[in-house]
Amino acid sequence: MELKSGSNLEKILRAGQFAFTGELGPPRGANDAAVREKAKFLRGVVDSVNITDNQTAMVRMSSWAASLIALQEGLEPNYQMVCRDRNRLAMQSDVLGAYALGIRNMLCLSGDHQQFGDHPRAKSVYDIDSMQLIQMVQGMRDGGKFQGGADIETPPRVFIGAAANPFADPFEWRVHRLAKKVKAGADFIQTQCIYNMDKFRRWVQQANDMGLTEKVFILAGVTPMKSIGMARYMKTKVPGMDVPDAIIKRLQGVDKKKVADEGIQIACEQIAEFKEMKGVAGVHLMAIEWEHKVPEIAERAGMLPRPQV
Amino acid sequence: MIVAERKPLEEIESMLKGYRRVLTVGCGTCVAVCLAGGEKEVGILNAELQIARKLDENPIELGAACVERQCDMEFLDELQGMVDQYDAILSMACGAGVQFMAERFEDVPVFPAVDTTFIGANRDVGWYEEKCRACGTCVLGMTAGICPVTMCAKGLFNGPCGGTNNGYCEIGNDQPCAWYRIYERLARQGRLEQIMEIHPANEWRNQTPRTLVQAAYRKRKELAAS
Repeated sequence: MELKSGSNLEKILRAGQFAFTGELGPPRGANDAAVREKAKFLRGVVDSVNITDNQTAMVRMSSWAASLIALQEGLEPNYQMVCRDRNRLAMQSDVLGAYALGIRNMLCLSGDHQQFGDHPRAKSVYDIDSMQLIQMVQGMRDGGKFQGGADIETPPRVFIGAAANPFADPFEWRVHRLAKKVKAGADFIQTQCIYNMDKFRRWVQQANDMGLTEKVFILAGVTPMKSIGMARYMKTKVPGMDVPDAIIKRLQGVDKKKVADEGIQIACEQIAEFKEMKGVAGVHLMAIEWEHKVPEIAERAGMLPRPQV
Repeated sequence: MIVAERKPLEEIESMLKGYRRVLTVGCGTCVAVCLAGGEKEVGILNAELQIARKLDENPIELGAACVERQCDMEFLDELQGMVDQYDAILSMACGAGVQFMAERFEDVPVFPAVDTTFIGANRDVGWYEEKCRACGTCVLGMTAGICPVTMCAKGLFNGPCGGTNNGYCEIGNDQPCAWYRIYERLARQGRLEQIMEIHPANEWRNQTPRTLVQAAYRKRKELAAS
């Protein structure tokens, strides 16, 4: 088996195992212990952990630094990089540095607009977009060339990830945008949080029909609802999120103390279906500020123990 | 004014490849003044296209029109009734005009014939210089009427940087250093205190698509919306 990066995530996926990835948000401060504390819940529970990059445009510890701390804690990071804060020079140098220090997966994203964060009047960069970032990293790795055309002495051999949101409008266009990301060089895809299963099934079916799932590993995004308030917020306030009323009704239907548990139950049912779904290669669990719950969710979803490859 | 530059003929030709009846529309304001897309340039472009397509044995029928301002719906109304006879419109206006044209005639493909280049001033006949990036937070009062956002290649607010080179910018000898000139002019006017304090990080106002309704017309807009 020829590997592009040799990362654990790549090996799991290429071995045909159902992958399970998690997420870790770096702290709003210089405290490495905060990263280590979150990491300990994820060790041995996920195949790789996404380290977010100034998510929601709030300044946080840099994703490469938090990735290195995660690495020290025995986790395999999936280094996220957004186009909002860096130009192509900074991005390429960060990719080189990240690889040199042991980072083997990365996720290429556009990033939330700075207006949503705590520096709304910052100037955004967007020198290149997420599609071009994927292409650039793929060119660095496989072509051994910088985006400007010069040779790279030691190319960074990273496993290239990208995001997809099957629920954003127009629905008919989403699968074609996925196809563009595959063409740009994405090895794996992590989707937006899925709540509308029916729509997701249709999207994966389209991806299957177009032969995309033979070229890229799709990890279905799952975020368990912690409360009814969170579900309502996701439904009304988060752009591109599709939360059917049935989810909210189901959470409302249980005892107040059992809402979070019901949220996990829904997530587990989703994961059970994804395991059987043609075209889905794994699950990406985004337990937002709920890292300590990940072992329990993984256990209940039957994702443990993680395969060793 | 908005300064634009005619696209190369080959690029325009390639956009129009599949179209046989095209209406070329000039704009009588900025792009006419900067000699890129006025009535005269419509005539020249059509003549060039006509010949090129003839040589390609793919003849084209070209119409010509010029409106006062393509960035004004009122003037675009003049084209109503004319547009139906064509497969496509070739707009010689700036990017604002092209977009208004495309919005006004939504079923017809609209192609741009110029590259919108900058907001600039006329140095001499046919010679234009960029002067403003429309950042939305004008600091010209502090900088002696020289825009650091536009004229400094790094857009510095506290210059000049260490790359300033005998009054010129490190990017090349024909580009004056904006901050060197800001310093000189402020010194001559005895106003150097303007730049003694640290100018804080700019609060950018051009990072989202902008709409401006002048104060006197806000009520009118609200009424139109309701």
